Amino acid sequence: MLITEIKPKEEFDIVLKDNLIIIICKGCKEIYLPVVDINNLINELKEKKIKFDTINVDYLCNHEYTKLRTINLKEKIDNADNILVFSCGVGVQVVSSYINKHVVAGCNTLYIHGFQGLTPFIINCEQCGQCFLNYTGGLCPITACSKSLLNGPCGGAKNGKCEIDPEKECGWEKIIDRLQKKNQIELLQIYQNPRKYSLK
Amino acid sequence: MFLRDLFKQGKFVITSEIGPPKGCEIEETLKEAEMIRGKVDAINVTDNQSSVMRFGSLATCHLLIEKGFDPVFQVVCRDRNRIALQSDILSAAGLGIKNLLLLTGDHPLLGDHPDAKPVFDLDSVSLIHVVKQLENGTDMMGNKLVGEPPKFCIGAVVSPCAEPLDPQLFKMEKKIKQGAEFFQTQAVYEPDKFAKFMDKVKSWNIPILVGIVILKSVGMAKYMNEKVAGVHVPDTLIEELKKDKEKTKSGQTGVEIAARLIKELKPLCQGVHLMPLGWTDKVPEILKLAEL
Repeated sequence: MLITEIKPKEEFDIVLKDNLIIIICKGCKEIYLPVVDINNLINELKEKKIKFDTINVDYLCNHEYTKLRTINLKEKIDNADNILVFSCGVGVQVVSSYINKHVVAGCNTLYIHGFQGLTPFIINCEQCGQCFLNYTGGLCPITACSKSLLNGPCGGAKNGKCEIDPEKECGWEKIIDRLQKKNQIELLQIYQNPRKYSLK
Repeated sequence: MFLRDLFKQGKFVITSEIGPPKGCEIEETLKEAEMIRGKVDAINVTDNQSSVMRFGSLATCHLLIEKGFDPVFQVVCRDRNRIALQSDILSAAGLGIKNLLLLTGDHPLLGDHPDAKPVFDLDSVSLIHVVKQLENGTDMMGNKLVGEPPKFCIGAVVSPCAEPLDPQLFKMEKKIKQGAEFFQTQAVYEPDKFAKFMDKVKSWNIPILVGIVILKSVGMAKYMNEKVAGVHVPDTLIEELKKDKEKTKSGQTGVEIAARLIKELKPLCQGVHLMPLGWTDKVPEILKLAEL
């Protein structure tokens, strides 16, 4: 079981304009998705006559599967300016990893006890309940950085590798690289408040 | 004394670092401080450096103040959560500590307690933000502090010879925006690279203390090249260390290299931060040779 909730609208309203694609992951079978909130948003966009497409998928977390599924939609995706994803934190990271566009998370993934779903890829989501992916190019700083730093890299990386393991890539150097490719490097200057552990 | 006042006066600021002992006898460390009395503007005290558990930085700073020194209290985010960090910073103000150096800290896996829980509840940027909140009279949750709020001069670190450099610059800018007032750098052995860095940060108009680590041996230089982030000892310096084995063993080669680097880097920056790693007795001679 996975539980997601819709993010405060101000976190993604910047992409609520023409040439938007909304990707909605309907599961894992046992995911709880804020369907009512998402439908309300879609209706609002229709009323405002904003041009957008929706893609409904499942198992967005499965990198290979998602890639295969979206090949048919390549043209649609290429023509879009922004992509808004309603899924768990892994799903957003998968989309962001191979689509060089502004990919925005519409959900926070909440923590619940016990084992969660199947994520057959190295991308991880800690279900922190306050998804940071919209500021980090769709790469999670909590799981990709050994120190889970929120405001940029420490000085410990050597030749792009983390100080704790010469095999492990520095999560923040990857984030910065991704933001530069997506032309969003200014996002790095936004100060991130410390995490709210009370959400766990 | 706040370091900012010295920078404002246009003084070339000199600080040197001491590492507290692995034990409770602090006398040797205080003797080390005596070796540089009157020769440096402040003594920087490391906080369980390299993730090795030691005598505390806060207690050492307090003892230094009692002896009439000006300490810089290093605070890392590795070992304390936000409650303990704020508490220690209030304690520091209460003990008369004026200067802070706020940094992320090495991962516990690098030190002598690899099984320790890595805390990193705050990071170096949010820690600066929190100290500014304390200075404004509230804790980070907005709860009012009783009495006069603490006042500090806040320092941070940057690695000017790191490759790539951009990540360092992005974070440095963020630290300045949150309230960092001066920067202390990782060890510099490449003046050209440092000059390029200084050129890039010029517009921020922030004082920089260039970091100098005394080269003790060829092995140390090679180790740093292999393991230490943002540090590269050029081959020419390694050759110089190899040339006269006795001289290098006595420490004289390292002393001369350090003094030469300081002389060369001085026109580029606002001060120097020496990291003698136990060789504090060599600091007076380095400063003399560097004509400081």
